[in-house]
Amino acid sequence: MDKISLILNIIILLISPFFVIGIIKKTKAFFAGRKGVSIFQPLYDFIKLLKKGSVISNSTSFIYRIAPVVVFITTVTAGLFAPLCANCSIIGTCGAFVIFCYILGLSKFFALISAMDCASSFEGMGASREACFTTIVEPAFFIILASIIALSSNSTFQNLNSIVEYAGNFGVLIIVLAVISIFIMLLTECSRVPVDDPTTHLELTMIHEVMILDNSGVDLALLTYSAGIKMVILASLIINLILPSSLDFTASCVAYFILLGLIGVIIGTIESAIARFRMSHVFEFVFLMSSFALVIASLTAVKIYGV
Amino acid sequence: MNYCTIGNNQKINISDIPTLNCEIFREQLAITNLRPLSYFGCDWGEKIKIFALLADDEKNQILISSTDIDKNHKEYNSITQDNSQYHMFERELYEQFDIKPLNHPWLKPVRKNQDKYEFFKMQGEQTHEVAVGPIHAGVIEPGHFRFLCQGEKVYNLEIMLGYQHRGVEDLMVQNPTNQLAESICGDSVVAYNSAFSQIMETLSDTKITKKAQIIRRIALEAERIAIHIGDLGAILGDIAYMMGKDVFGVTRTLVINTMLEISGSRFARGLITTGGVNYDINAEISNKILNMLEEVKKIVKKMAKTALSSATVMSRFEKTGTVSTETAQELNLVGLMGRACGIELDTRFDFKDELYKDFERKPFRATNDASSRFRIRYKEIKESISFIKKLLVKLKEVEDEDILVEANENLSPDSLCVSIVESWRGELVHCAITDSNGKLKRYKIKDPSFNNWWGLSMALRNNAISDFPLCNKGFDLSYCGFDL
Repeated sequence: MDKISLILNIIILLISPFFVIGIIKKTKAFFAGRKGVSIFQPLYDFIKLLKKGSVISNSTSFIYRIAPVVVFITTVTAGLFAPLCANCSIIGTCGAFVIFCYILGLSKFFALISAMDCASSFEGMGASREACFTTIVEPAFFIILASIIALSSNSTFQNLNSIVEYAGNFGVLIIVLAVISIFIMLLTECSRVPVDDPTTHLELTMIHEVMILDNSGVDLALLTYSAGIKMVILASLIINLILPSSLDFTASCVAYFILLGLIGVIIGTIESAIARFRMSHVFEFVFLMSSFALVIASLTAVKIYGV
Repeated sequence: MNYCTIGNNQKINISDIPTLNCEIFREQLAITNLRPLSYFGCDWGEKIKIFALLADDEKNQILISSTDIDKNHKEYNSITQDNSQYHMFERELYEQFDIKPLNHPWLKPVRKNQDKYEFFKMQGEQTHEVAVGPIHAGVIEPGHFRFLCQGEKVYNLEIMLGYQHRGVEDLMVQNPTNQLAESICGDSVVAYNSAFSQIMETLSDTKITKKAQIIRRIALEAERIAIHIGDLGAILGDIAYMMGKDVFGVTRTLVINTMLEISGSRFARGLITTGGVNYDINAEISNKILNMLEEVKKIVKKMAKTALSSATVMSRFEKTGTVSTETAQELNLVGLMGRACGIELDTRFDFKDELYKDFERKPFRATNDASSRFRIRYKEIKESISFIKKLLVKLKEVEDEDILVEANENLSPDSLCVSIVESWRGELVHCAITDSNGKLKRYKIKDPSFNNWWGLSMALRNNAISDFPLCNKGFDLSYCGFDL
């Protein structure tokens, strides 16, 4: 992989999270008839938080202190293996998607035990909800990626769109289902409406926000930054599924940025248009991803073994 | 039965109120099917006099009865064990006068001694307690909520209040002014001030002009519209329906800005005074109000219909936080929450006066859940808008009248006076007792929240803990009106 796309991908991974969140906020403001905050505001907030000190509760152990750093590092590391701009990832190695999944899993694990470490009933509740949804999302995600990789005989987690060449119409169908599933995963994992409400102040209803309720200053900055990075990674997965691998470098980069912005706008529109689901209905929503994954798995089986 | 009867905004001589033997008094209250409006004690030299005010909603009457409790023997058999509607009143009586109602099932502190409060407990695997407050995220008043949960399911919610107890009832006796009355509960300024002014006017035999009455009523309904719209927005905000939150938030401002034009205060502080009102509504402001109402009606109708036809909104609302009509009756839920639970109580119609005469009670299909609490507000906004319009027409007929008359200084001695006002939350009961010199001896306030907090607790049973904010906003009860 050439140097330009390497540098570009690193920049995308580290900088674009602020702007995607900025775009979501701007979209919501537009629908509410407000002027809204500047698109740079998430970046300013991040810098502001970095300058602040942290308050650490007496009831916490070392886990709570190292967790934000671990979460940040693991998220960035996972990002290195994920396909970003120009259909390639920063580290393109064989079996990258397994590494990707489990590094993200490690990140989630530390986020959960750090929340439990605070000994706060709110954070314990948030952790239990988050763990619950992740348990549903993870196997579905595996099945989807494994199917795509099995069909495209490409284990490096790049050029996901090449499945169309290998599997024809089956590939197109699988891509449509996979895009919807991963979008559901994005809404769940990045705690957006209708799964979670990122703007609420009501601790009892929160999922992700309540897990970082006790964190402040640099810790909070790292955690919100990591959440943004994760959103960009998942959005990139969707984009990589859609963008044909035959595009040349410039066209593919331009298309990438347009689609990334578009995903921000779509998330913002969803958040403006519908209410949040009842907590017990969220499961039904997340299980949609599992059923799509099963359809994808059966399509793959039909393609490989025939009817 | 042994009672004396008066109407709303009337006074009665203390000697006309029958004083019963404590056992008979208790028996009478335990078996009656009339609901208590207020139940309170008053220091009476060597004794403590307990007054019970019951509402006969069909006959538009207030029934009053009393009993004496010896200061050396401060206990009696509780009424609560037979009639749960008294349970908060008896707890309050115990706290204020140390009169112990024997066999009371939940004799816990009401407003004081929070450190001695004993919470209910639940034991077993997977059970956990969630303690919220008294300091909350967001700008709301202090109150402590204790949830007993198993997983996400709430088995019981216990609410401990009293963090804003300021001793308002004693302050009202020492310094009975409109400024104090309207500061008791900041979101019901007009209702509190009207009730207080009516008490003082009745006790001093001051007759205010019809024009002043109409302006007070317009303010009361405008307050109802403003707070209801704000609540509709807040309810939708809690379920992350941003469009509704923003639209209703903007619309509420239109209403309170009109209040600002009338009285110089967005919450109508300083508008009402004993003897009338301080600010007139002239033809120009009257037109502005009409235009504002037209616009508000249009926006509210459109937005409420959009929200109520949205599948995601309705799936959150329906069957969330249901309080059955039977439970609501047992708890004596009043006002807005009572109506949302199928109890048709509305002081405006139950104690009808001249101004509410050509205003008919419209039926409401209560479903007892969060959607019911949303729809009742929408319905009342529409009704209040048409009511203000009618009042503005009436206002034109009495254009030449004064808005303020000189109030008599002297209050009639040895009297008891009751004033009930339908604040936006429900019936607000003010009751005053004067001594032989015509000075206030006891001032009792009962906010609708006093009845309704227990209803919120019941609404949460067997619901998901994440639905608490939605239920809480639906009830939207007052902390300071309860704490006094």
